[in-house]
Amino acid sequence: MAEIRVPTLGESVTEATIGKWFKQPGDPVAVDEPLVELETDKVTIEVPAPAAGVLGDIAAKDGETVAVGALLGQIKEGAKDGTSASAAKPAAKVSAPPAEKPASAAPAPTPAPARPASPDTPLAPSVRRLATESGMDASTVPGSGKDGRVTKGDMMAAIERAASAPTPVAQTAAAVQLRAPSPADDAAREERVKMTRLRQTIARRLKEAQNIAAMLTTFNEVDMSAVMHLRSQYKDLFEKKHGVKLGFMGFFVRACVQALKEIPAVNAEIDGTDLIYKNYYHIGIAVGTEKGLVVPVVRDCDLKSLAQIEKEIADYGRRAREGLLKIEEMQGGTFTITNGGVYGSLMSTPILNAPQSGILGMHKIQERPVVLAGKIEARPMMYLAVSYDHRIVDGREAVTFLVRVKEVLEDPARLVVDL
Amino acid sequence: MPNYDLIVIGSGPGGYVCAIRAAQLGLKVAVVEKDKTFGGTCLNIGCIPSKALLHASELFEETAQHFPKMGIKVGEPKLDLPAMMKFKDEGVDGNVKGVAFLLKKNKIDTFQGTGRVAAPGKVEVTADGKSETLDTKTIVIATGSDVARLRGIDIDEKRIVSSTGALVLDKVPQRLLVVGAGVIGLELGSVWRRLGAEVIVVEFLDRILPGMDSEICRQFQRLLERQGMTFKLKSKVTGVDATAKKLKATIEPAAGGPAETIEADVVLVSIGRVPFTEGLGLEGAGVKKDNKGRIVVDAHFATSVPGIYAIGDVIDGPMLAHKAEDEGVAAAEIIAGKAGHVNYDVIPNVVYTFPEIASVGKSEDELKEAGIAYNVGKFPFTANGRAKVNHQTDGYVKILADAKTDRVLGVHIMGADAGNMIAEAAVAMEFGAAAEDIARTCHAHPTLTEAVKEAALAVDKRAINM
Repeated sequence: MAEIRVPTLGESVTEATIGKWFKQPGDPVAVDEPLVELETDKVTIEVPAPAAGVLGDIAAKDGETVAVGALLGQIKEGAKDGTSASAAKPAAKVSAPPAEKPASAAPAPTPAPARPASPDTPLAPSVRRLATESGMDASTVPGSGKDGRVTKGDMMAAIERAASAPTPVAQTAAAVQLRAPSPADDAAREERVKMTRLRQTIARRLKEAQNIAAMLTTFNEVDMSAVMHLRSQYKDLFEKKHGVKLGFMGFFVRACVQALKEIPAVNAEIDGTDLIYKNYYHIGIAVGTEKGLVVPVVRDCDLKSLAQIEKEIADYGRRAREGLLKIEEMQGGTFTITNGGVYGSLMSTPILNAPQSGILGMHKIQERPVVLAGKIEARPMMYLAVSYDHRIVDGREAVTFLVRVKEVLEDPARLVVDL
Repeated sequence: MPNYDLIVIGSGPGGYVCAIRAAQLGLKVAVVEKDKTFGGTCLNIGCIPSKALLHASELFEETAQHFPKMGIKVGEPKLDLPAMMKFKDEGVDGNVKGVAFLLKKNKIDTFQGTGRVAAPGKVEVTADGKSETLDTKTIVIATGSDVARLRGIDIDEKRIVSSTGALVLDKVPQRLLVVGAGVIGLELGSVWRRLGAEVIVVEFLDRILPGMDSEICRQFQRLLERQGMTFKLKSKVTGVDATAKKLKATIEPAAGGPAETIEADVVLVSIGRVPFTEGLGLEGAGVKKDNKGRIVVDAHFATSVPGIYAIGDVIDGPMLAHKAEDEGVAAAEIIAGKAGHVNYDVIPNVVYTFPEIASVGKSEDELKEAGIAYNVGKFPFTANGRAKVNHQTDGYVKILADAKTDRVLGVHIMGADAGNMIAEAAVAMEFGAAAEDIARTCHAHPTLTEAVKEAALAVDKRAINM
């Protein structure tokens, strides 16, 4: 049994109207044969059959409105080994006289093709046990038993495959990639290492963010002279009083909060067809560790002093490297700052930390010639990047946001006067 | 214009089932039967009458041996052989009439007479010297098999008998010499032993029931010997002298050597059966046969001549009624343009002795030879509650499962009612079940079938009651 669902219909199209069913329930269908026509605001498309068989129940009738991903109907396994609708229909009666041909050119008594049995077929007890114990979904396992049923052997083989596969079992099929074997000469010089859970999660979440968000990046540059000046002026005093070094991160966090307050879309997220604006500022700080990237969240940054923020960041950084961060400390962020500059990056396009709508990329501070009032001067410059979800943040907002961050950093007094 | 879509020659379990299935699918069908009654060897002179005698003789022995222990006093049971034969004949009569009724119910025309393929699409039926020719689009040959004969031994069906004669003896022989330790020899040997005959079984090979699981067969032979049967293995009967009042059979070691003579009242020749393919006009029609006289068919039961099909004992495979039935159904479906199929890996085989032996799938010997890694789970009926209270603890269940996938590859049961119990294993195997699947299926208590479940548990070394 295969489900027929409304395919992705293109940018900003979320629903469609059933134009016309080309097939009726009970009709045989071949793979990719057009089944139904969908009309949207922008285009009319045909939905092809995902599998061969017989069209089962239709879930949405002509004229009905359906959402992307909605169930349209089902294709049941064909009675006649389901190869294709165009396969010669066996004659109901013997038609050819024996002298010509063996009666009705007998169809080959091939066993049913291996495909998962319909979901209402009960699983064998051993398969049920293995499914429960391993978490493997038996309906995703190709069955070799009668009519495509999954046998214990099929299940064991699938679990074994999954265990050696690079991604977790529950991943979508697209994520499970089978690598073509390397030439023997090279294979000996390769090392196969299991992905850690963290790495698997990072991989999955980053790719999800790319797939879901309409992501793009805008750049600016900031003259760090003022912040650096402030820092060198107060660093000893600051450290003496607060027991923590005065770094740059605190300034960036405060600058971002200032800008987020002005451009709330960057601090918002999409939930279905709603927008959620968050009137709190939990800023995630990306920290590189040996095992991979983690993003602890400094909560309520608008209510915290620079010293408090610096302290929390220092504490997070230390505990991240020791692997002591708690899950809840990495959840609930509304915006993220990542600093590729510590590794020397001059320019980058960070990927969103979904479901957030913005991420600021900091980079290396480098003395560059800049023209100020007609004169060339050497200034400590940093490129800034903000990647944002264009579905929710307009270009004007993103650029304004970044300009505001720049302005605050170039003139930290704005923090004091709340500009 | 052909009169029929299909004519089936032979009305045994293969033929009549094929005809009915074809009629169900809307074909116009006729059946040709040379005997007076329908049902072929199986119903008239094979499975069915022998089971009647096996059932009656088993109760006869049970009455003598076990009734007193159970507290049932009926005195020494006396045999009324003519009445027992009548009991058998009534059973046969009921079955063959049932087939006649079914053919009529399905509007199948029947022709009493010898069928012959006159040409593709033409069947000639001869009865009482008169013949008529029927036109048909397709023909299914389902003429079954005949007793295999032994050179130097002329079967008269009086003293030197085949299975046919052994079912109608008018008195219990003092000594019955059975030639061939196959299913038929052991079943009919058991019948007459229970009724009082001394039974000696001569077998050419070094084992009884060739082809069945050898471990089971070794134990089974010991049980039969305990019952009073005598075996002469690796021996052959080279001739039977029927001139005197007692038959004198000459027996030689299979490997050669000095002969001995054994006297017997009746000699049963049960060395197998041969396909019945002579006199059917097959040569004239151009239907190819192999060197054993079997009709050559493809996977769709089609012979070398278009429009002529063959099923059952006349083609390759075990000569079993249920195999012929399944082929009959498949052939009818194929002829009607559907996808008929027979799973030859899952054909059960039953020996209706006491205890019964039933098997399906591969024997341990076959797995060893094929180099397949397997696990064995065994459970004896001595540990089964129901068998214990019945005092029928002979035998055991053996399940062979793939070492890697746990898929059931073969099931062998020796014990009371094994023939009925094997059905569960066949269903499981048809669905590709693992031994664990049988083990995790609830079995009623107290039944003999619990031994099947326990054997399945034993595959994973976790039988409970052992």
